[in-house]
Order: sequence, then C-alpha cells, then structure tokens
Amino acid sequence: MSSRDTILAAVASNKPEAMPIPDIEPFKHIGYDDVLAQYETVLTAIGGAVHRVSNWDEIKTIVKEKYDSQHVRVLSLVPELDEVATSAYEINPAAHQLADVELAVIKAHFGVAENGSVWVTEELLGHRAVPFICQHLAAVITADNMVDTMHRAYMRIADTQYGWGAFIAGPSKTADIEQSLVLGAHGPRSMTVFVLDQQN
Amino acid sequence: MTTTTKDHAELADIFNKDEERVDWHDETLWWIRAKRDKSVHQLPEWEALREAASNIKFNVLSNLDTYLTAFEAAAKANGITVHWAADAQEHNQIVHGLLTENKVTQMVKSKSMLTEECHLNDYLATHGIEVIDSDLGERIVQLAGEAPSHIVLPCIHKKKEEIGDLFHMYLGTPSNMSDPQFLTETARGSLRETFLTRKVALTGVNFAVAETGEFVVCTNEGNADMGAHLADVHIACMGIEKLIPKREHLGVFLRLLTRSATGQPITTYSSHFSKPRAGQQMHLVLVDNGRSVQLGRKDFRNSLKCIRCGACMNTCPVYRRSGGHSYHTAVAGPIGSILAPNLDMKKYADLPFASTLCGSCSNVCPVKIDIHDQLYKWRQVLVKEGYAPTGKKIAMQVMAATLASPTLYHAAGKMGRATIKYAPFAVNNKLNPWYKQRDMPESPKESFGEWYGKNRSKK
Repeated sequence: MSSRDTILAAVASNKPEAMPIPDIEPFKHIGYDDVLAQYETVLTAIGGAVHRVSNWDEIKTIVKEKYDSQHVRVLSLVPELDEVATSAYEINPAAHQLADVELAVIKAHFGVAENGSVWVTEELLGHRAVPFICQHLAAVITADNMVDTMHRAYMRIADTQYGWGAFIAGPSKTADIEQSLVLGAHGPRSMTVFVLDQQN
Repeated sequence: MTTTTKDHAELADIFNKDEERVDWHDETLWWIRAKRDKSVHQLPEWEALREAASNIKFNVLSNLDTYLTAFEAAAKANGITVHWAADAQEHNQIVHGLLTENKVTQMVKSKSMLTEECHLNDYLATHGIEVIDSDLGERIVQLAGEAPSHIVLPCIHKKKEEIGDLFHMYLGTPSNMSDPQFLTETARGSLRETFLTRKVALTGVNFAVAETGEFVVCTNEGNADMGAHLADVHIACMGIEKLIPKREHLGVFLRLLTRSATGQPITTYSSHFSKPRAGQQMHLVLVDNGRSVQLGRKDFRNSLKCIRCGACMNTCPVYRRSGGHSYHTAVAGPIGSILAPNLDMKKYADLPFASTLCGSCSNVCPVKIDIHDQLYKWRQVLVKEGYAPTGKKIAMQVMAATLASPTLYHAAGKMGRATIKYAPFAVNNKLNPWYKQRDMPESPKESFGEWYGKNRSKK
C-alpha cells in the first residue's frame, strides 16, 4: 500500500466518533464603535504608521517629503501615485530585479481594525515578493474598506480565488535577540498605511 | 538534541548550574506570558473563541481522513503537488528527492518544527546539501550547532553577548558587538544574499484548509515569504493534524495563535498560499510520523489539536527553570512532553514527569488541550508499561508496602521523626532531592495518630 493509503487507513480506523463543526456565526457580529480609530491605535502600537488623508495629492506630498524618487527607487503599483515613483519601472518584473526598491507603494483590499493588518492578493502587487523585498512599504486603502475583526475579514474574502494573498500587519520585525524588538528583520523596515477618507 | 542519553532531570541540572541565567530565562518567559494575558484580556470573547477552536479541532480529528482527501484534491486542482510521508525517514527522502530532481545542493528554510522533528537538516547534510535557516532565532542556534530550545522563540536561552560571539565567528562582525539592532542588521544582509540566490525554499505550514486546498504560513520576519517568492521551487511540509475545515475558520485560529504566543494581535505576515506563481513549482508534503497512532489513543488524541503557539512553555514553571534543551525533543515543554512519548515511549519516558501538574499550561492553551491531565495519564501508562525510572519504581514499591501495613507505617513515621531530630545530616544532604534549594521541615514531636490516641480516642 502507498503511504497515502496507509495513512488514510490508519486515520480512518483511529479517528473518534463524528463531532459537528461549531457555529462561529456569533463572532461575526462583534464590532468596534469606531473601526478607524481602533485600526489606527493597533497599527501604531505594532510599529506601523497611519495617515488619514482626503485625496491622492496629500499622499503624494507625504511620500515625496521622505522619498526622492530621483535618488532612490520608488515603485508604485497604484496608478494614481505614479508621479512619486521612479520612472522606467516595468510592470511584473523578475523578483530579483526588485532587490533595490527603497519604497513600494501598493493598494490593499481592506484593513482589519482588530489587528492593524491589510489584506492583499497578488494581482495588486505585480509580484508576490514586492511587499517583502522593499526597504519600506506603503499601502493605500479607502476608509470604507475597513472591517472590524478577522471573522468579518473572511466574510469579505469569502470564496474569492487568489493564487496568493496575505494579511500584512506592520513592518517586518523580530525579537529573537533577548526579546529586544528590532524592526526590519528581512522585509520592510517600516510600513505606512494611507487611509483615504473618500472614494477617488 | 536526540543523541543525548541524559534524562530531563540530569539535563535540567546542567542548565541549573548557572543560577543567574535560570532567573533571567524564567523572567523573560514570564514577561511573554504576561504580554499574552494583557492581549487576551482585550477580547471579551476570548473564552468563547478557545471553546470554538477546540470544537473545530474535534471536528477535524473526527473527520481527518475525509478532510485530508478533500484537501489533497483541492490542492492538486490548484496546481500544488501533494506528497505523503508515513514517517520522518520518508519525509526526508521526499524533500531530498525534490532537491536532487532540481539539481540543487543548497536550500533556504523558514521555521518548521516538523522538519526539526524529522531531523531534516542532519539528513540533508549527510547527503551533501546545505540548509540555511532563515528565521533569525533559528539561524542563531544553527550557527551554534544547537537545536531550537523553544518552538516560537528558538534562541530564548541565549544571551546577546553569546550571539555577538557567534556572529563574530561566522558572519564577520567585530568582536564584542552585542547590540540586537546591529546583529539583526548583519543577519538581514547575510540572509538577503541567501534569499536572492537559492532556487529551492522550504517552509512549514501553520494551517491548511480542507475546503480550498490553500495553506497559511505565519511569520513576523517575512522570511517564509522572502524564501518562497524568490525561489523556483517551494516545498511546504506539514503534519496531517494541521488541517482545518473551511477558510472562515482561519478567522478563529489566526485570532488565537499570536495572542497566545507573544501577545501580538496577529503575526506581521499571515500568508495564504493557494497556487504556485507562474513558472514556480509548489510541493506540499503531508506527514504522519506517529500522528495517526496518537489519534487512536483516546486519552492523548487531544494533543493533536495543538497549533504550536508555545503558550504552555512560557507559563510552565518547570520549562522556565529547566530550559528547552532539557526536554531532548523537538517540541519542548508541556505539549512536547505529551507528543514525544507517542513517538518513543522508552526514550521519552522521563518527560511526562517533568511537570508540577499545576495546570497553568491547560489554562492558557488556546485550543483547550487538557495538557496537565494528559501528562498525569502518561505517567500512569508509562509506569504500567514498565518505563518508570528504576529509582522511582523501587521507591514506589517501598511506599506501597509501607502504606499497606499500619505497623510499618507507624514505625516508618517514628523513624522519620527521630532521624530528622537526632540525625538531620541523614536527610539534609545532596543525596536527598527534596533538600535541593529548600530546608527539610522540623519534625513534630508526635504523629497525629499518637496525639489522637492520647487526647480523643478514649471518649
């Protein structure tokens, strides 16, 4: 018998009596009074930064102040922000050509207030490696795309198809050396989320 | 480490020689336990979440064969190649086979306790393949030639000065550099080079979804993603118990996992791998290695609910003061002490005894495993099967004989009291384990029996 069949047979004969799946519906109704404030508090506490902005120009100004795209490579996957990016960037490049990206700006589907994360899937990124290989990461979400908890996050995701997707909550971090928190373990050293308060 | 012949108590003795380090280890882990408390108290629904998670896992265990076949079909439809490994040996061979097929002699790996359990690195090393661990803590213990001492915090037992020495020796940092920021930056640079040059990356799996065929990998550092997204081949290895029924159940488990582990609301990256990216191969290895046997042990099958958060270790008074390596198994601490005897009763017979049975582990377990009860039950099984240490066996026989005979019992009591009174050196010495770190009590003048005889029995 193949290992597959051996394992399945052993599991079938050793498994306990059938138990039902519990109802997780009640969790889906838990929420916060002010989801945006909750999101801001949590993301800030875990080392991220939040900017509430009312239009694209405000984002451009903030990005330009910190990142001079003439001197460092700024990658934008948000067409509205192309003018802050270093020109001559090709869509969907080989991942290894991304090694010198200083700032990557991406769109995210939505944010999760309980943990400060954003949900992204690969179509938003050009390449799966983008949010990891850059030195700094910025994500844009609109204020109406904010859910309370992970339960609601999965209600939003539902049965959508994606090759790869992730919740990203703040900058890459480690505390492996004597529990001292260090931002920027392998991935971005900072993460900024722009919350656009109107649909543009 | 597996080559050891010392048991938990002997290994703990070695760790305990440096009292300052023991105190520091103890305090660090307790600090993480306290962070966990603070974080879970922010969710009024915490207990309901634990209950739900526990029941979802019951459902998984009771339908595991069905879920495994459903998962396999969905994963295959997604373009993932699924492999099955009955034991550690087969798992290692499968991984090695994939490396050979791709003509690769170097691999980057993110944290996977399953590969530790299977001793994959050693196996591959003997076949001429170099594995670089990319989780910072794992990289550190790898440089030190050690195994992780904790499933979430692999080098929690190491001081920053020791890490500085390792980096000086292997990564060319100046000597006496112990600043965590500086050391992390050095590792970042070194591992970035590794990520950019490896063709094959291996990751663990935190959760796999039967319904969709996707699997989720959680890291704070982003090392699993850096490895997998930059490599041509992604190999993911998981124990068969990591399945959950539906995508929506991830909501329950992702809320519990990191709050229990480190007190964070979620890991920085919770990556959902559903399909290989264009041009990439994605392999998934489903590993049994004793899990189906444990499933058949009614008293111990609950241990398969474990989501590897490490909360039971952080809270365990024995783990905190004996160190992870004293458990001489990949998964240390209370949960490891339940899992290990399932793999080899003789080799790990000491572990269920490495507990005070205080119940703190069960209280913090996010999936409500009855950890301390199972440890107690393992002790009974092990003694019955003849795996108790000889000293303990003899002591128990003497104790049973004494308690069975009133004459013997009274005589022994009298002797004990006399010894402590007139010959305290006979008990206050190193041969008596109870004397370690505490004084023996003063003995009463008479036993309760004697007192009762004098004062009450005549009425």
